[in-house]
Amino acid sequence: MTDLLSKFDPVIAEHSGLIATGVRDPFGVVMDRVLSPTRAIINGRETILVGTYNYMGMTFDEDVIAAGHKALDAFGAGSTGSRVLNGTFAPHIGVEQALKDFYGTSSAIVFSTGYQANLGMVSTLAGKGDYIILDADSHASIYDGCKLGNAEVVRFRHNNTDDLDKRLGRLPAEAGKLVILEGVYSMLGDVAPLTELVAVAKKHGAMTLVDEAHAMGFFGPNGRGVYEEQGLEAEVDFVVGTFSKSVGTVGGFAVSNHPKFEILRLVCNPYRFTASLPPAVAATAEASIRKLMGAKAKRENLWAVSRKLHAGLKAAGFRMATETPESAIIAVLLPDQISTVAMWHQLIEQGIYCNMSRPPATPAGIYLLRCSLSAAHTLDDVDTIISRFIAARESLPTAQAA
Amino acid sequence: MDRTQTFARLLELIEPFNKKGVALSETTSFANDLELDSLTVMDLVANIEDEWDINMPLNILPDLETIGQLADAVLKLKG
Repeated sequence: MTDLLSKFDPVIAEHSGLIATGVRDPFGVVMDRVLSPTRAIINGRETILVGTYNYMGMTFDEDVIAAGHKALDAFGAGSTGSRVLNGTFAPHIGVEQALKDFYGTSSAIVFSTGYQANLGMVSTLAGKGDYIILDADSHASIYDGCKLGNAEVVRFRHNNTDDLDKRLGRLPAEAGKLVILEGVYSMLGDVAPLTELVAVAKKHGAMTLVDEAHAMGFFGPNGRGVYEEQGLEAEVDFVVGTFSKSVGTVGGFAVSNHPKFEILRLVCNPYRFTASLPPAVAATAEASIRKLMGAKAKRENLWAVSRKLHAGLKAAGFRMATETPESAIIAVLLPDQISTVAMWHQLIEQGIYCNMSRPPATPAGIYLLRCSLSAAHTLDDVDTIISRFIAARESLPTAQAA
Repeated sequence: MDRTQTFARLLELIEPFNKKGVALSETTSFANDLELDSLTVMDLVANIEDEWDINMPLNILPDLETIGQLADAVLKLKG
């Protein structure tokens, strides 16, 4: 018998080798208690959370929690069914209406996770004979959506308008084309030049889908995302988003003004062949989305702490992934896996949780300690985070220092 | 387009990714001999696309195991 898991022996060896160096497992963090959007007990220590994507700090919002309790009591623990059969309850309609109000669109479809939203949209929109043209640094859910579908898949170099233009120019003029972009790219925290990219897509007759997972709530006048900030609401055909970041719970969605958009409910497998969100989750998402519409103070604070963290780490001599703070993701570049893990370990021992990121999640050869800020962080928190980054670096052998 | 020339130019494009310095031939395997990871393959593909002004759909990559097969694919895409 061939052991099917033996193909993962190199990964097992690499991971065991990592742990054998005496560090805690960056991929095995357990939060024993969660105290707030920015604090948890990890390894028995109160830890500042700087890697949760909890951008707007909504997870413990009292109105959000109350809405969840109410729906849990009224509708039970789960729907036990697909949205197209027995799984559509009043809270699912409620959260879709909240999305339509938030985005100002005629349609909103809610999926059970953000991953499934991309899986469903990408695989269903572009079919056999169509072309998907995606940014090389696209999220795994977009690549997996390509694998699930039957379209031809072409990549262009990250955020490179000329490269997109060139690749679109090589495709048959009459073929169906979907250009897939992201407002904020989650690894480096860089923002896409959507104005230029979308203009090129339109020039070649392509439809456009923009994933705004890391921008909802704090980009654009209404917090709709980078596409709104860049004035592209009339140009972008489909926007994909998630409830598991700024909204503070779990779920995914797509919004659009396309007159035929609703038909996707009947033809999209990742939508119709899975159970709908628990009604309490849908209710918390609705409450959160409605509050995000007026969350001006939170938005301003999120930008303030993000800018301060970037400036502080840069001043301390860390190599930043972006020259300026472009989003609420502030990433520090490190030379290799050993130094990144060592630094991550020192940080968690000092009560700072950030994300360790490496290929293939990151672009080739890039190792990162990635911080994502929350509106619930204070400027004092940022001072603490910066001083602990400096202390962590100082506690490393010089060979491993950043 | 001449296959010999295509193959020769392909070797030049692959060489920067040949970190182990293996001898490159028709039957050199990307996964087994060159040990290219999926991200490196992506960079190489982008360079090949630009060299011959073609699109190589991601869908066809799993079938291209050797440099010889890649050369044939480039010729076919160039048409």
